[in-house]
Amino acid sequence: MARRTSIVYLVALLLIGLMLGPVLYIIVGGFRTNSQITVSPAGLPDPWVIGNYTEILASENFWRQVGNSTIAAVVTTVAVVALGVMASYVLARYKFRGRGAMYALFAAGLMFPATVAITPLYILVKNLGLVNTLPGVILPQIAFGLPTTIIILVPFLRAIPKEIEEAAMIDRCSRLGFFWRMVLPLSVPGLITTGILAFIGSWNSYLLPLFILNDQDTFTLPLGVQAFASQYSVDTAKVLAFTSLSMIPALVFFSLFERRIVGGLTGAVKG
Amino acid sequence: MTLTRLRDGGGVQAPPPVRPRRRGIGWAQRLEIVALSGPAILVFVSFVIFPVLMAAYYGFYKWKGYGVPTNFVGLDNYKTILQDTAFHEALWHNAEILVLSLVLQGPVAIGLALLLNRRMRGQSAIRVLIFVPYVISEVITGTAWALILQTNGAGNDILESIGLGGLTQDWLADPKLAIWSLMFILTWKYVGFAVILFLAGMQNIPDELSEAAAVDGASFWQIQRHITLPLLGPTIRIWAFLSIIGSLQLFDLVYIIWGQYVASTAGTSTMATYMVVEGRNAANYGYGNAVAVVLFVISMIIALIYQRFVLRRDTEGALTGGS
Repeated sequence: MARRTSIVYLVALLLIGLMLGPVLYIIVGGFRTNSQITVSPAGLPDPWVIGNYTEILASENFWRQVGNSTIAAVVTTVAVVALGVMASYVLARYKFRGRGAMYALFAAGLMFPATVAITPLYILVKNLGLVNTLPGVILPQIAFGLPTTIIILVPFLRAIPKEIEEAAMIDRCSRLGFFWRMVLPLSVPGLITTGILAFIGSWNSYLLPLFILNDQDTFTLPLGVQAFASQYSVDTAKVLAFTSLSMIPALVFFSLFERRIVGGLTGAVKG
Repeated sequence: MTLTRLRDGGGVQAPPPVRPRRRGIGWAQRLEIVALSGPAILVFVSFVIFPVLMAAYYGFYKWKGYGVPTNFVGLDNYKTILQDTAFHEALWHNAEILVLSLVLQGPVAIGLALLLNRRMRGQSAIRVLIFVPYVISEVITGTAWALILQTNGAGNDILESIGLGGLTQDWLADPKLAIWSLMFILTWKYVGFAVILFLAGMQNIPDELSEAAAVDGASFWQIQRHITLPLLGPTIRIWAFLSIIGSLQLFDLVYIIWGQYVASTAGTSTMATYMVVEGRNAANYGYGNAVAVVLFVISMIIALIYQRFVLRRDTEGALTGGS
């Protein structure tokens, strides 16, 4: 048994090394110089230099992209969660004709990520005059975020016991009042899970901004990373530093809410 | 869609359940339903359903994307797509990626989940760390792996320093290897997601079953083979469905690595990269929309077939999160 356990630990250790290797490569590589990287691509910094990082932290472009990404992610998250929980409440606790069809409509969206609609979506956004604006990215992101949100929240809201609702009704609470005073507070964990998924999805989103945002000033971080990497294609160290700074927010966010993200994803699938 | 019908059991036609206090739906309730679900439906229909329908319309035109399309070409765009060898190749690559994702990531993820499903120290830390690649954006994943796998990158450097210099390769540009490098990167990025799903599925299996089997003298592997795996079936089938959809629509990683860092597509182009290159980048929006329609139809057919023949036997509420 002891031997088997040590094999398990060995595999686990290898696995973690493989999973984290590239992440560490980016972070540590940012502390090297280009000549260090050329001489020994996989080596450690010797000496450690912080110039790459400080230069990027002092650059206006980087912070503007952080700002754009933050605005897009925060607005998307708030809107997806707000619209999602309202629609989910209807789907979970009202009985009406067409409810199944409405649920099917959103569930169908789950099967088709933005890729399939991106070309016509770009034309729609262009006709609305929203190219090169953050709302042009945010609105479609809200729409494509709704299916996951609703699929996760409906069972969540449905699980709120009938007795609570009946007690609220006896206390002359309207359905809307019940929604506002009981359902929202009770579903906070579900709202946080869906909110985090929407936030990370927006933060990492690439295809949609690629189509909608062509002006450097409106770039979000993923576009910024790409533009930076092609502009400084010979300056690998700086590209690594830029890349590692741009992934920090998502990693911090993830480590703060890791339990909820993992729980939410599994909840979404296993029901 | 079909899934929903499974669990909502024809919520459309079924007579309303008879409850003693039921008074039918009053206008106030109708108003609430509209007010609460209206905004979501409006945004969803405008930015998801409507564009997909418009793609079908634009796809019949030769169109640069400005003004109203006027140059109606009927099915010409579709004929071109179906005859273009570049599209055939992209379709074939999607098929390869789809199958390889299932046969590579599935067993690896099941194996890892079995390993991690044991009580061990640091278990929760491992679960978190294995999930990190999933949270990192595709752009960063692509940039990092492109730099690591280029000929003078860290990958080959490590091989040389551990005495395997003979194995160094041009991992990304060699058409024979590129697809395997892509599969490796995809596995790296998405296997954590599969492991988390499988672990969750395994935790739903009552301990009593394996305990009873152990009492009857079953070995560890017999228990996994005859109890855990069969009961994990629904989770595996849902994961496979998500993986298939993801493979069909794959874009970001391929476009970044084989668009920016490697000059040729080296046998990794997908339907989605074909769509962007031939549609948007060539300012040929009518054609791009036609490709979108083809991609949509192919995904739809595969999704429906899968649901009809594979997911159907699963209990209600698998994907749609039953109550």
